Amino acid sequence: MLILTCPCCGVTAEETEFHGGGEAHLTREGPGSDDAALEGYLFHRENPRGVHFERWRHVYGCGKWFHAARDTATLEWFGFYPAQTSEPPEALLEQIRQKRPGWRWRDFA
Amino acid sequence: MSDPVSALAGKVSEGPVRIEDLAPRAMITVRGKLSDTAITEALASVSGLAMPGQRGIAAEGEKRLAWMGPDEALLILPRAGLDAALSGLTEKLGSAHALVADMSDARALFRLTGEDAALRDTIAKVAPVDMMRFPTGEIRRTRLAQIAGAFWMPQEGTVELVCFRSVAQYAFDLLSQAAVGPRVF
Amino acid sequence: MSTRLTTGGQRIDRSKPVTFTFNGTTLKGYEGDTLASALLANDRMMMGRSFKYHRPRGVVASGTEEPNALLGIGSGGRFEPNQRATMQEVFEGLEAQSQNHWPSLAFDIGEVNAKLSRFLPAGFYYKTFLWPRAFWKHVYEPFIRQSAGLGKAPKDRDADTYEHYYHFTDVLVIGGGLAGLTAALAAAKGGAKVTVMEQEAHWGGRAPVDDGAAEEVAALVAELEGMETVTLRLRCMGAGVYDHGYVLGYERLTDHLAVKSGPRHRLWRIRAGQVVTATGAIERPLSFAGNDVPGVMLASAVRDYVAHFGISVGDRTVVVTNNDDAYLTALALVGAGLSVPAILDARQGGGGALADQAKAKGIRVLNGHGIAKVQGRKRVTGVAICKQVGEGAVIEEIACDAVAMSGGWSPVVHLWSHCGGKLIWDDAQAMFRPDPNRPPTGADGTGFVSVAGAANGLLDLSDALPDAAQTGAMAASFVTGKASGDIALTDRKPRGDRPIEPVWLMPASAKRALRAKSWLDYQNDVKVTDVQLAAQEGFESVEHAKRYTTLGMATDQGKLSNINGLAILSGALDTPIPQVGTTTFRPPFTPISMGAIAGPARAEVFQPLRRSPIHAWHEAHGADFEPVGQWRRPYTYLRSGEDRHTAVAREINQTRNALGLLDASTLGKLIVKGPDAGRFMDMLYTNMMSTLKPGFCRYGLMCSENGFLMDDGVVARWDEDTFLCHTTTGGADRIHAHMEEWLQTEWWDWKVWVVNATEQYAQIAVVGPQARSVLEKLGATDIGNEAFPFMTFQDHTLAGIRARVYRISFSGELSYEIAVPASQGLALWEALMQAGAEHDVMPYGTEGLHVMRAEKGFIMIGDETDGTVIPQDLGLGWAISKKKTDYIGKRAQERSDMTRPDRWKLVGLETLDGSVLPDGAYALADGHNANGQRNVQGRVTSTYHSPTLGRGIAMGLVLNGPERMGETVQFNKVDGSSVAARIVNPVFYDKENTKNV
Repeated sequence: MLILTCPCCGVTAEETEFHGGGEAHLTREGPGSDDAALEGYLFHRENPRGVHFERWRHVYGCGKWFHAARDTATLEWFGFYPAQTSEPPEALLEQIRQKRPGWRWRDFA
Repeated sequence: MSDPVSALAGKVSEGPVRIEDLAPRAMITVRGKLSDTAITEALASVSGLAMPGQRGIAAEGEKRLAWMGPDEALLILPRAGLDAALSGLTEKLGSAHALVADMSDARALFRLTGEDAALRDTIAKVAPVDMMRFPTGEIRRTRLAQIAGAFWMPQEGTVELVCFRSVAQYAFDLLSQAAVGPRVF
Repeated sequence: MSTRLTTGGQRIDRSKPVTFTFNGTTLKGYEGDTLASALLANDRMMMGRSFKYHRPRGVVASGTEEPNALLGIGSGGRFEPNQRATMQEVFEGLEAQSQNHWPSLAFDIGEVNAKLSRFLPAGFYYKTFLWPRAFWKHVYEPFIRQSAGLGKAPKDRDADTYEHYYHFTDVLVIGGGLAGLTAALAAAKGGAKVTVMEQEAHWGGRAPVDDGAAEEVAALVAELEGMETVTLRLRCMGAGVYDHGYVLGYERLTDHLAVKSGPRHRLWRIRAGQVVTATGAIERPLSFAGNDVPGVMLASAVRDYVAHFGISVGDRTVVVTNNDDAYLTALALVGAGLSVPAILDARQGGGGALADQAKAKGIRVLNGHGIAKVQGRKRVTGVAICKQVGEGAVIEEIACDAVAMSGGWSPVVHLWSHCGGKLIWDDAQAMFRPDPNRPPTGADGTGFVSVAGAANGLLDLSDALPDAAQTGAMAASFVTGKASGDIALTDRKPRGDRPIEPVWLMPASAKRALRAKSWLDYQNDVKVTDVQLAAQEGFESVEHAKRYTTLGMATDQGKLSNINGLAILSGALDTPIPQVGTTTFRPPFTPISMGAIAGPARAEVFQPLRRSPIHAWHEAHGADFEPVGQWRRPYTYLRSGEDRHTAVAREINQTRNALGLLDASTLGKLIVKGPDAGRFMDMLYTNMMSTLKPGFCRYGLMCSENGFLMDDGVVARWDEDTFLCHTTTGGADRIHAHMEEWLQTEWWDWKVWVVNATEQYAQIAVVGPQARSVLEKLGATDIGNEAFPFMTFQDHTLAGIRARVYRISFSGELSYEIAVPASQGLALWEALMQAGAEHDVMPYGTEGLHVMRAEKGFIMIGDETDGTVIPQDLGLGWAISKKKTDYIGKRAQERSDMTRPDRWKLVGLETLDGSVLPDGAYALADGHNANGQRNVQGRVTSTYHSPTLGRGIAMGLVLNGPERMGETVQFNKVDGSSVAARIVNPVFYDKENTKNV
């Protein structure tokens, strides 16, 4: 069972206080989008062995959504950052480059 | 209005840790950015308490002012002060973007009293929180076995705990059960 | 025979005798005995029967690894099967029963299986019970069920309680042997908060027996006890190590007590910064013919019984070994005045310093020898000895009544391995031990488990203790970030052992007849020949061979058998042991009780029940509750002599004709406020909500981004900036989370706040022709149809209670839903009951609610919807705004599958014979599909008996349904027949809406 640190209230707590929300940084495809874009938005998800960006919510705590970067194979957290952004912070990306040279996730590397 | 009744009508569990369903208080939830001084000043002015920082709770007599999240505060006052606090907040907040909700009846409020170690044992049996190092003045929103809840220690020897009203009986039974038995520490 | 010696026994108190029963016979032991030692004291060597062949089995070990001596302990509500006699402390009045035999332990019919053992090899069940197919259900399955299972499941409700405890520590040391205690002291002195858990009832592990270190242990424990930052727990097993430093500890609080009070077990849910596993090592058996005959025991166990309990397991004990450790047993036995006719050392070169001591004591030592065969059936009577290198030609027979065997030691690597720690094969010591370079890694990507002592492959204390001290100090440093100093250690010289020589089969080239009696897994009856057969039949992967043979799959999880078994597999495959690898180590280390896992979750707190503010009244007035999520809502209120059906009909008739009350407090109530609230509401709902005027209400639909209908309810605009969204009972938390998710993660720049005020308000629906009059009676004024029209709300004071009254209806009747603070809910309810008495007001439950809404053709989330239904399917196109450019789910509803013309659509259904359609029945179509199933063209979504109409009514989704009004369709029934129903308008009752005025 994982431990997470909520960037919104600062608590480090066990996974049972949180709820995983799937892949991070999806772009909503609304009316006017073509079928392929809609399909990608609704159904296609990254499933990497290694670096992954996810959404989590501190459901039993402050109720806030946030983002997290994790290695799906080792369960190492690289960092937690606010939900109100469309891409991971550069400092975090740099840290991942140091730890996992050559990593790639969607358009990030 | 007939006299308000708390969820368990003042039920008490006696023992080394005494658990008491407290009489109704005024409980007001304020949603608004706590980085906005218009919001925190209104809360401070109406409560007479300083707005605490992250996960903090200020306590004085029956009054509590808690940081529940970056954009949520909880104000607890004597029940008689409810209407005045609601109107006071609305007035002081003015045009600030905030939602003031009377949640006085939405929750059950329990007070646990007893020896410090026994209190910490009791909570540690139901919540995934390091009770050995839990300080006074902090509010912890967490999981109490299978329900959501929050607790704090206004002073050594006292824990106050809130959960939703509908699960008050569950919380009471759970805590009463955790409070008996041999001490762990 | 096994007996109690007149002197000796470090753990027993001979001044405190206790009595206990074994299979109903009263026996005597001493305080400090384990059940196993107490049984041995009473010459009860045979303690059980094996699982498959029902062979007589005696105790083999003295600790947690025991595979044979599994007993049922206690009775009634405190009975528990499969308890290891070696771990159960004896107390006054303890009741124990042996298992897996009928009619008795001494005479067991099932023993016939052993005679058939040639015909019951590995994979026998898989091969035999396949054909003929029809035999499975009536012949094979009952037979297998009869023979399955070790021990009997308890029949009574568990009389004990259990608890959980969340514990946080910097360093957790698992194992309280000398190495664990040393590591703990080093960690504590390094400034860490330390917790030490020891599964047994005593500190020190093997050191008091093997190293004479009892005083050193006591001194260490005393020092640790004096440190405020150290927590010490006995009878507390490290059960499992999980991700990110999560560890489960299993503490047995009352299993050793005659008078039990408080929780029986405590499950420690621990977060540790660093974990040190100091879990010791387990001695391996040797594989020779008859190694399962009662009286053959691990050499370490034999000396434990002498040293701890003053037990002689036999007058004459032959020691057989491939390493120096077993010489300790011979020395201990001779020291206790017992006879050791021979030590058989399989090594040509024999042993080291300990062997010299044994020889000096006059013990006969035969190097390069082993056991060809053990003689005896229910008890060892002798051994036939042979050369280790040969096929087993008998050189000599030695009479004895016990055999002490040692095949070497396997470090307990389970807890290291649970969370991904890797192993290396140590050829010199013939063991797997932890690879320090590949530990389990934690949240920050660094290792969080380290190993100390014998668990680390360091079997000599002169190596183990300096290593343990360093391990403990480093663990502390990881957590504190500071360097830790050294601690003082007793100076120790190495013991002077000669190296072990691996012996996986004795003798090395044993003939089949011997191999077929050489047991690897005692509990599951797996022999050397079974593993060899598995390899021969192609089960080459260790995981496959394990499952095919069931090696290591018993309750002991192969603590004794795994290494021996995979060595045999390695030999059969001619592949080195490290390439064969080990099976996966999974928690828990040994079985833990179901009660401990459940913890407090039983009886009243099994799960949270949500109760409305009026719940107690319902209980007192005959409510027959049904679960709605975690809520309990009255299904109906039974009066004496009524069944559910009658009660529901009565409630509906009275509501339609006069007055009914419904506790609607469980409905979700979400407050949405802010300058962008209207815009947000337009995105949440398919309807246009931003045009709703303050004071008005509108029924709205919410879809998921997939386009499917997920919730519905009435929205009230409290003021320009504020909306109140009613959700379904089950939807409150879900829709609140849905709103927060969109606000926090997509439209975070919108100025909207949401509060879930569901529990702040009690809400009571006052329904029926007399609804207005009862409100007037309670003080409401000017509430006529014009002054207070349908789909508006007003604030009134009713019975002195400030209330917000919504004129909305889910039944087609004149109806007001009255919201008051929850603390006033019961008072209002009682006032309404009193005021309505003149109209014979009746509370109605959820079933009445459901029937009345169905009579009016209103859909119900979860009945008409199932996650695949869009509003357009339900004739709710009117609630979908054509003007809005966007709402959640709009784009998805444009997908081709959502717009195809042949989607099943909502209609009403009336059986021709007035009967009630079966729930979920399919509308049958012509022909069959590719799977030979009948083609279908629709299904029933809601079906009830309507007391108002006196007949069955239903709603369903039917192919082209709305265009087929009046057509008759067949619906299937469970008995295989079908029933005809006519497609009709789903509004069955008051189509002109004449009642809600």
